[in-house]
Amino acid sequence: MFKIINREEMAEGTVILNEIEAPLIAKKARPGQFVILKANETGERIPLTMADTNIEKGTITIIFMVVGKSTALFKTLQVGDSYQDVIGPLGKPTHLEKLGDVICVGGGTGIAVLHPITRGLKQAGNHVTAIIGSRNKDLLILEDKMRAASHELHVCTDDGSYGHKGFVTDVLKKILNEKNDQIKLVVGIGPVPMMKFVSLVTKEFNVKTLVSLNPIMIDGTGMCGGCRVSVGGKNKFACVDGPEFDGHEVDFDELSLRLQAYLEDEKQCHDHFCKCQD
Amino acid sequence: MSGLMEENMAKNEKIPRQQMPEQAPLVRKNNFNEVPKGYTAEMAIQEAKRCMQCKKPACVEGCPVGVDIPGFIKHVSNGDFTKAISKLWEKNSLPAVCGRVCPQENQCEGKCILGKKGEPVAIGNLERFVADYEREKQLATRPEKAEPTGKKVAIVGSGPAGLTVAGDLVLKGHDVTIYEAFHKPGGVLVYGIPEFRLPKEIVFSEVSGLEKMGVNVQLNTVVGRIVSIDELFEQGYEAVFIAVGAGLPTFLNIPGENLIGILSANEYLTRANLMKAYLFPKYDTPVVRGKKVITIGAGNVAMDAARTALRLGAETSTIVYRRSREEVPARQAEVHHAEQEGVKFHFLTGPTKFLGNDKGRVVGMEGLKMVLGEPDSSGRRRPVPMKNSEFELECDLAIIAVGAGANPLLTQSTDGLALNKWGYITADPETGKTSKKGVWAGGDIVTGSATVILAMGAGRQAADSIHQYLSWGW
Repeated sequence: MFKIINREEMAEGTVILNEIEAPLIAKKARPGQFVILKANETGERIPLTMADTNIEKGTITIIFMVVGKSTALFKTLQVGDSYQDVIGPLGKPTHLEKLGDVICVGGGTGIAVLHPITRGLKQAGNHVTAIIGSRNKDLLILEDKMRAASHELHVCTDDGSYGHKGFVTDVLKKILNEKNDQIKLVVGIGPVPMMKFVSLVTKEFNVKTLVSLNPIMIDGTGMCGGCRVSVGGKNKFACVDGPEFDGHEVDFDELSLRLQAYLEDEKQCHDHFCKCQD
Repeated sequence: MSGLMEENMAKNEKIPRQQMPEQAPLVRKNNFNEVPKGYTAEMAIQEAKRCMQCKKPACVEGCPVGVDIPGFIKHVSNGDFTKAISKLWEKNSLPAVCGRVCPQENQCEGKCILGKKGEPVAIGNLERFVADYEREKQLATRPEKAEPTGKKVAIVGSGPAGLTVAGDLVLKGHDVTIYEAFHKPGGVLVYGIPEFRLPKEIVFSEVSGLEKMGVNVQLNTVVGRIVSIDELFEQGYEAVFIAVGAGLPTFLNIPGENLIGILSANEYLTRANLMKAYLFPKYDTPVVRGKKVITIGAGNVAMDAARTALRLGAETSTIVYRRSREEVPARQAEVHHAEQEGVKFHFLTGPTKFLGNDKGRVVGMEGLKMVLGEPDSSGRRRPVPMKNSEFELECDLAIIAVGAGANPLLTQSTDGLALNKWGYITADPETGKTSKKGVWAGGDIVTGSATVILAMGAGRQAADSIHQYLSWGW
């Protein structure tokens, strides 16, 4: 059992942070890696990339948005409750090295995944510009932490309720126009459409781009291929070959379609859960 | 053959082999309950009396773990089922599993002398009966453990090979820990083989038997990620047995394979079995429930997938295989069960492309008819496509069951472990020793996809070798 020792509602009751006791995972995890969590006996296995780890406390932190049955179930777990199963660290860590000027772009809860990578890139000696965005002010997370993890932070909201009005790609494009030659790497993490458009923008400028993919997963150890994605025309398993890939090589449209495989089932399961909660 | 023996044979042949009662095909194809219902005590005794009690029993030679078959059967024929299970446990820590999933026709029963003229003794059914009887009554005591040796052994993977090694070494007094990546123990026994062939309760009961003997089982532990083999040695383990199986699904690499509704058999069966998607939405994991289902491949895994599809509501479940019926690698009993339940077979058929709709879902498969050509390196006649034989098959779920490869997760993270060109671990066939000191390997990660009992046989040999090493050195 993996006990929750800290819980925060970060936005409107839809974005939740859990700090979970998992000392062995905390010790081994590196930025970019994920865990698979299962709340209880009847639960499904859900992959979430770790937002943070604390070796001294022996904890890992996950941040998730409530979107379906399993995350709604996770939301009901309070401090002192436990996840039945937490498996990890899984996937390949982000390759962190000194490159020069880099840009980290995060959208929605993707900012949680982006944060340790941004911090890692700064610690490796890079000059880091961060661009984060969300639909509105209330859904924006980790602004302070991202400010501390970068040299320069730009904030956007789709509706203009805070920071720049518009998409993260607008700001990205502007910066790339100004200092294209200097930027050595762009990391983009967020919803699939955001990562797709970030990759399209950087492709124009020919800047190397890493994205962290979130396909459907079951085991997370490479034994089923449920998480397969087309990268450079080849099949890759995101759980063992990724989750990070070259954004210019990823077939985002296929990934979008595949993420919808169980939409109707997910709705049925969620409705069933809500009925039981009443 | 002596005169007396011939006389005995004639006598024993007269008792017919006891048929296992089964759920009727049209009933069972709608549920996940076990198909064969098992022997009654009377049937078991009757069947046990057919055994000739050979002086040099060929059946034992056919058993990869060397169970004293006439010995346990003698106890069954006397109605002493508790002594029978003790006899089985001497050589086999998983009798309830083996009695169900071993291909006995190629092993113990294939060698039974009664099979030369009539039907062999139903050794598998008897083994199963004895194990089930004990699970219900709990009368027997586990074999005596040797004095603790103080030596720690780590086993990576809790499938049939890992469980066998654990059972053997704990009896010899060693301190045994199994590391399992999944949240349940059993490997292919829980994620692969469906409930209707092997109820999961039985697997968990066999594992808990090992735990009662002192085996420590660590779930949710992906060796290679959370801990490396070298770190296990640093933690005080003196020997490591790698039994991670061949869990890397093979895909066909044809156009359209990433459409929604096309799953590896590993994914399909893991969802259905381990995650209990057949109980959705009581259990949270969904699985594609196709109406027109095709399964590519004809091994045991393909039969399991095709039969699972029927139970999940398929109107048609079709096996597509590029060779002919003669080359089908699945157990005869599985093919027979599948046919009885209504699974259709398209032989000499090879898929070339999957077709999808605008939502990215699979709606059909294009294929070619095949003819068999010259034998290939495996000795089987190679299928060759026939010109102008293109055809289409409608489907809304396609399951790819064309075999598995070596999962590289563990081997890539371990220095000094020699692999062959397919990524399997190179191990001494007699002992299971690898190129890395203190490390053994066995089961599918050495041989490629094989059977439960062969993995157990490899485990048995490795356990003997590990015991020797811990006693006297490498």
